[in-house]
Amino acid sequence: MINYASREINCKIVYYGPGLGGKTTNLEHVYGKVKPETRGKLISLATETERTLFFDFLPVDLGTIRGFKTRFHLYTVPGQVYYNASRKLILKNVDGIVFVGDSQAERMEANLESMQNLYDNMAEYGYDLTQMPFVIQYNKRDLPNAAPIEDLQASLNPGWEVEDAAKQRVQPDPYHAGQNLVEQLSGGEWIERAPYFEAIAVQGDGVFDTLKAVSKLVLKALA
Amino acid sequence: MTAGTATWSFTQDDFTAITESLRRFLGETKSLCALLVDRSGQLVTTVGDAPGLDATAFATLTAADYSANDQLAKLVGETDFSSLFHQGEKSIYVADIARRLLLVTIFDSRTTVGLVRLRMKDEVEELTQLIDRVFSRGRHDGAPEKLLKGADDEIDKLFNW
Repeated sequence: MINYASREINCKIVYYGPGLGGKTTNLEHVYGKVKPETRGKLISLATETERTLFFDFLPVDLGTIRGFKTRFHLYTVPGQVYYNASRKLILKNVDGIVFVGDSQAERMEANLESMQNLYDNMAEYGYDLTQMPFVIQYNKRDLPNAAPIEDLQASLNPGWEVEDAAKQRVQPDPYHAGQNLVEQLSGGEWIERAPYFEAIAVQGDGVFDTLKAVSKLVLKALA
Repeated sequence: MTAGTATWSFTQDDFTAITESLRRFLGETKSLCALLVDRSGQLVTTVGDAPGLDATAFATLTAADYSANDQLAKLVGETDFSSLFHQGEKSIYVADIARRLLLVTIFDSRTTVGLVRLRMKDEVEELTQLIDRVFSRGRHDGAPEKLLKGADDEIDKLFNW
């Protein structure tokens, strides 16, 4: 939403992913690191055991562009499967999505289920995830049982087909040398993958890289 | 890549018209404060005075509150509850505008819920007309493209931190 009167660009970013994957931790780290004058309160609608019940919310100002203050509203959704009704509500009018995956090998099924749920919920609103600012974060990279990135990519970010001929050209991944976001497979088919980031959110590693990437995509979508 | 979901923009004229309408409403109902909130939780504008109110957080929670109620309505077989009322020393009345925005009024004992409710109906109609004008302009002849067109370098610079 662009407000010419208050000279603000407001964007909504939602952190999605399985329960206990680190979505709230991402927001807590951002809250702790940005200057107090550039952020609002961190609001958590959580249970007594600190599991997200409805959402967490953090507004952050990322700077000024063409004289407009860019204000990003960061939301998390509750990860647990049975909270789907509230999860879907948070996706309304979303501008960008971060999928926070749990790298632990035994959480692969939960990751896949959550990713499928994200596609389904977006589709119910008529939004096409493949046409939106969307990045994936593989969290908990420091754990001994973390699956290799290649496995996570193959399962959660295998790529979607690029049908538009104008977009069928190699697009290097700016975040990983030697890899591509858009490329042609050996079978001739063109695919595009979402940018991905490795993270250890409890230590803050990868948190801002992820946020920067998705915010940039959101603003570029307006350019 | 297209912009997220529902990009829309307010011009200065829209904003002035909306603010004037809200001020009139505030005066007639003797409410403390009125806020216009996007259904996604973003604050559009606020008039009046509610000391110490964190308007950004308030807007987000109002939108969530209203959305949850919307779903509750569906569960009991209502198409929607068009308004929401929380009573206390300070009370809150929330009404839907064109399923895009919410009008939120905060008031105290200097007025009555009856008066607020009565005037709210007219105000919702008036704002609906103003808002329809904003949305009927649509995205393609709207301003977002013009505003950030060619701003790629500036966007890149914004993230050099």
